[in-house]
Amino acid sequence: MEDLFSLAMLYSTIRLSTPLLLAALGGMFSERSGVINIALEGLMLAGAFTAATVTHFSGSPWIGLLAAIAAGLAVASIHAIATIHFHADHVVTGTAINILFLGVPALLSGAFFDSTGATPQIPQQNLLPLAPVILAFLFVPLAWWILSRSRFGLRLRAVGENPEAADTAGISVRRLRWAGVLISGALAGIAGAYLSLGQSSLFTRNMTAGRGFIALAALIFGKWRPVQTMLACLLFGFAEAVAIQMQGVAPLPVQFIQMIPYVLTIVVLAGFIGLARAPKALGIPYEKEAG
Amino acid sequence: MKILRPLAMPLAAIAAAFILGAVVVLMIGDDPIETYALLIGSALSWPDGIGYTLFYATPLIFTGLAVALALHAGLLNIGAEGQLYMGAFAAAWVGITFAGWPGWALIPAAMIASMFAGGLWGAIPGYLKARFGAHEVINTIMLNFIAVALTNYFVQYHYREPGDAIMQTREIGEGAHITRLGEFIPGLPTRIPLSIAFFLALLACAAVWVFLRKTRWGYEIRATGANPAAAEYGGIRTGRQIILAMTLSGALAGMVGIGEVLGYRYRFYDGFSPGYGFTAIAVALLGRRHPVGVLLAALLFGALIRGGLFVDIFTEKVSKDLVLVLQAIIILFVACGSAFRFPFGKRARGKI
Amino acid sequence: MLELREISRRFGSVLANDAVTLTIRPGAIHAIVGENGAGKSTAMRIAYGFYRPDSGTIAVDGQPVDFRSPHDAIAAGIGMVHQHFMLVENMTVTENIILGAEPGGIAVGFRSAEERIRKLSADFGLAIDPQALIEDLSVGQQQRVELLKALYRDAAILILDEPTAVLTPQEVDELFAILSSMRERGKSIVMITHKLSEVLAISDEVTVMRDGKVVGHRLTSETSAAELARLMVGREVLLRVEKGDAHPAAVVLSVRDLRVRAGGTERLRGASLEVKAGEIVGIAGVEGNGQTELIEAIAGLTPRGAVSGSIELDGVDIARLTPRQRRELGMTHVPEDRHRRGLLLDFDLEENSILGVQTSPELNRGGIFLDGDAVRRRAEAIIRDFDVRPPVPELPARSLSGGNQQKLVIGRELEGGPKVLLVSQPTRGVDIGAIEFIHRKLIEMRDAGCAILLVSAELEEVTSLSDRLLVIREGEIVGEVDPRTTPVATLGLMMTSRGRASA
Repeated sequence: MEDLFSLAMLYSTIRLSTPLLLAALGGMFSERSGVINIALEGLMLAGAFTAATVTHFSGSPWIGLLAAIAAGLAVASIHAIATIHFHADHVVTGTAINILFLGVPALLSGAFFDSTGATPQIPQQNLLPLAPVILAFLFVPLAWWILSRSRFGLRLRAVGENPEAADTAGISVRRLRWAGVLISGALAGIAGAYLSLGQSSLFTRNMTAGRGFIALAALIFGKWRPVQTMLACLLFGFAEAVAIQMQGVAPLPVQFIQMIPYVLTIVVLAGFIGLARAPKALGIPYEKEAG
Repeated sequence: MKILRPLAMPLAAIAAAFILGAVVVLMIGDDPIETYALLIGSALSWPDGIGYTLFYATPLIFTGLAVALALHAGLLNIGAEGQLYMGAFAAAWVGITFAGWPGWALIPAAMIASMFAGGLWGAIPGYLKARFGAHEVINTIMLNFIAVALTNYFVQYHYREPGDAIMQTREIGEGAHITRLGEFIPGLPTRIPLSIAFFLALLACAAVWVFLRKTRWGYEIRATGANPAAAEYGGIRTGRQIILAMTLSGALAGMVGIGEVLGYRYRFYDGFSPGYGFTAIAVALLGRRHPVGVLLAALLFGALIRGGLFVDIFTEKVSKDLVLVLQAIIILFVACGSAFRFPFGKRARGKI
Repeated sequence: MLELREISRRFGSVLANDAVTLTIRPGAIHAIVGENGAGKSTAMRIAYGFYRPDSGTIAVDGQPVDFRSPHDAIAAGIGMVHQHFMLVENMTVTENIILGAEPGGIAVGFRSAEERIRKLSADFGLAIDPQALIEDLSVGQQQRVELLKALYRDAAILILDEPTAVLTPQEVDELFAILSSMRERGKSIVMITHKLSEVLAISDEVTVMRDGKVVGHRLTSETSAAELARLMVGREVLLRVEKGDAHPAAVVLSVRDLRVRAGGTERLRGASLEVKAGEIVGIAGVEGNGQTELIEAIAGLTPRGAVSGSIELDGVDIARLTPRQRRELGMTHVPEDRHRRGLLLDFDLEENSILGVQTSPELNRGGIFLDGDAVRRRAEAIIRDFDVRPPVPELPARSLSGGNQQKLVIGRELEGGPKVLLVSQPTRGVDIGAIEFIHRKLIEMRDAGCAILLVSAELEEVTSLSDRLLVIREGEIVGEVDPRTTPVATLGLMMTSRGRASA
């Protein structure tokens, strides 16, 4: 039991919460601007696959990382166009993107590597075990600063709370929402890259295993605020670390440990643990009043 | 001609998907025409093509109806996957626990159990939404994961055949086996797992249609989804309707277990669903929430699953994941199509 | 100085502004008054750059200007405070004020902004804490934030749209003190309002609009509430409806000390009234004075905790009953917003015709199945008796014109002869032919013994239909008058001024 609080567990927790944190922070920008981002899962998969593939071909994980960001931006654009310009339902679009990236990596890996979804193993020296972790935790104070102290952040928040007020003040609701969605794409791309280049050394089919949704849950649990979201991600990361630790040694069946983040989320949403107040205009398409 | 108008958008979405899919196939390095020929041909051959197409369509009909019904109430049920797992496990549990019972008692008992378990799994997010305003999308997704973990636990620790390495339960009793259609359709071999569950699915289509159009509850559910303020004015308790809709939705999804457990593997097999609950969203949207539309869309996607397997085996580069891509494109097009602005945003939103 | 010259603007078939000409002088408070739909808001929205006029010109300080958007107007020194505040609730006062005009570069210069806000605050007597969150402020304080928004952008001309609509009397006094101080400092202030007592209290000049035209301009010191009311409301009321005398029988609906709380304030403050079988009791009043709350409370649509007081139907206390139960006892309701409350727009006429009665035994077989034939018969009866066109039950309600939609709703509620009918804004958005029809039907129902409570913002309608007329203002019933003999000016006064008038 004391193992639970050892240094190894701490490392584990930090490593496991990194992809969650990156994705959640990205999701935060999107949702604070009013666009629900259920597609974090798909975005992460896109990033993970791209990172692994490009690293394999280029030999450099940094190029792979950049490619992952590019992939995240590209996929996020689909979400942005559908929701901001076509006023498609945010959740339905996000779900479509998730399904898309269950399929696309497998198709492409079949073409490139003749495999059923996995990319070839990447040699040790081409991995990125540390950089994304540092990036993630450094981004927390940066995100806080952007949201509360910068002009961009002020306007982004306004757009997510009361787009009409922002519009009246001369702010482009569309542009800011695009920015929010693109940021979420970039960060989720990095999160995915970490999965395939940092936590493991290749891409396997559906390797995110729901992390995109857990990141969303952490975001809600963290009340859409940077520091609290980070704490929530650490909590979920810890739960995962415990689960891994306990496999085989379990007094409690591992499945019940696995369930913890999900049950936690449900409880939070029901309002038992404080009131999770979403950005007011979240999910509501903004149509400019015709003058 | 009047029939064509509601078909226009779904057809456009399908066409767009196939065209974009062809581009993807080209990029991968295979011949799109060849690929599509294989896809469609293998789905329509007799007996295997049509047999398997209908077999895969069956769970899609159930889950498609589930999602469609929830949509009528203004709810997005992403939890069909979890609901069908609970339903399937419940059916297996009845089949195992009461293995000695005769068929005429065991089969209905298993069916009811699957509906009950699925319904319960749907009622939970329904209640949370009605009572706390908690958005059903996140809650159903969470419950999907919980269902998978829960059934996994039961299989691993309680219901596995000792010594079996595969994550599956013991076999259900003989009495719980339902008839495969091969037994009375000439030319259809019984190795194809298409069972009377298919007819049950057709029945479910009819039942849902009658329920929505012809009963007072269906009317009240639809009114709640269309305009909660007016529904309230009309004396309808919108909270109750939400719970009712989610429960029925879950029960329908749970019925997948009937075909899967009682008609195919005769046990609960961990991870048996190739994402039926998610494909259901595409099915419900493409079918425009109408039971007949759902049926047609389910047949289409059933064919794609079947064809996808063939494409997987018999082409150089393309895999069955092409089907997932087609699915996603269809959903995107339908979501963007002007006929489909769901008023999800306009109603009092839960927190998501 | 702001001038509007011959401004005209049409919306669809409605001429909202018809050659409107106004001059707003610096250092003065100029009130623009008129009833709902008179065109006041439209004219000011054009001045603010929201809309472009179809014809006419705007001039600022003598120079003609063309505003393509509110930006241009703001740049020209015009600021607008809307009736519904444009504020982000969970941001601070400072953040709201500077939104869109933030000092500094990438990082916002909060400190300098706060300083500037504090100075403006002090100069104009607008006491506010720059670090407070909007959601923690009272309505009066929120309005001050809106004023500061305009002042922060150096507005010389301030347009306020119904500024006192949501304020308590005390907050109104505070606002007037602020406006006076702005006037001292040379600002021009335009106040759109329908409250004559306030016009008289604070303004220097007043322009009256009616039906899109300017019908009068006076110096406030040279006019009176009575004159303004007469100009606002216009011609004498003609009794268009053929109406025999009412023969009221026993009291059917009795309401005592009904109070409704919403959003932290009391919207309905102890209303009491009675309606007898066979009479129409009308409630006249400018919208937003508690009528909606009154009707919804009687109909049972207000959340339990927000209502207090007694409501009796035929002597039975119904205050705790659900809307469905009240309907079963014979009370029906034509809501004021048929799109929001009254219809399921994407459903067909048949399905709309049973909204509210879908649980009744006549329409149900075994309590589960809807009797398709009975539903169809009912729909057809309503369509026939209430002249709904086109008479095709399969059409979606959305495809009907406003008048026909309204006839459908009214028909649905009247079919079956209710004991009590609550009807709100029965002819809003309805064409002339349908208006006549609806009025006739209401009289018919009255003569058949129905007790009708009628709310309408159309004075002509409510005076011609009612047998007894109550006036509501600021959540209270301020008096009862005889609709046949009371002059319109008196009614206007009761509806809008602070003093109580006797019948």
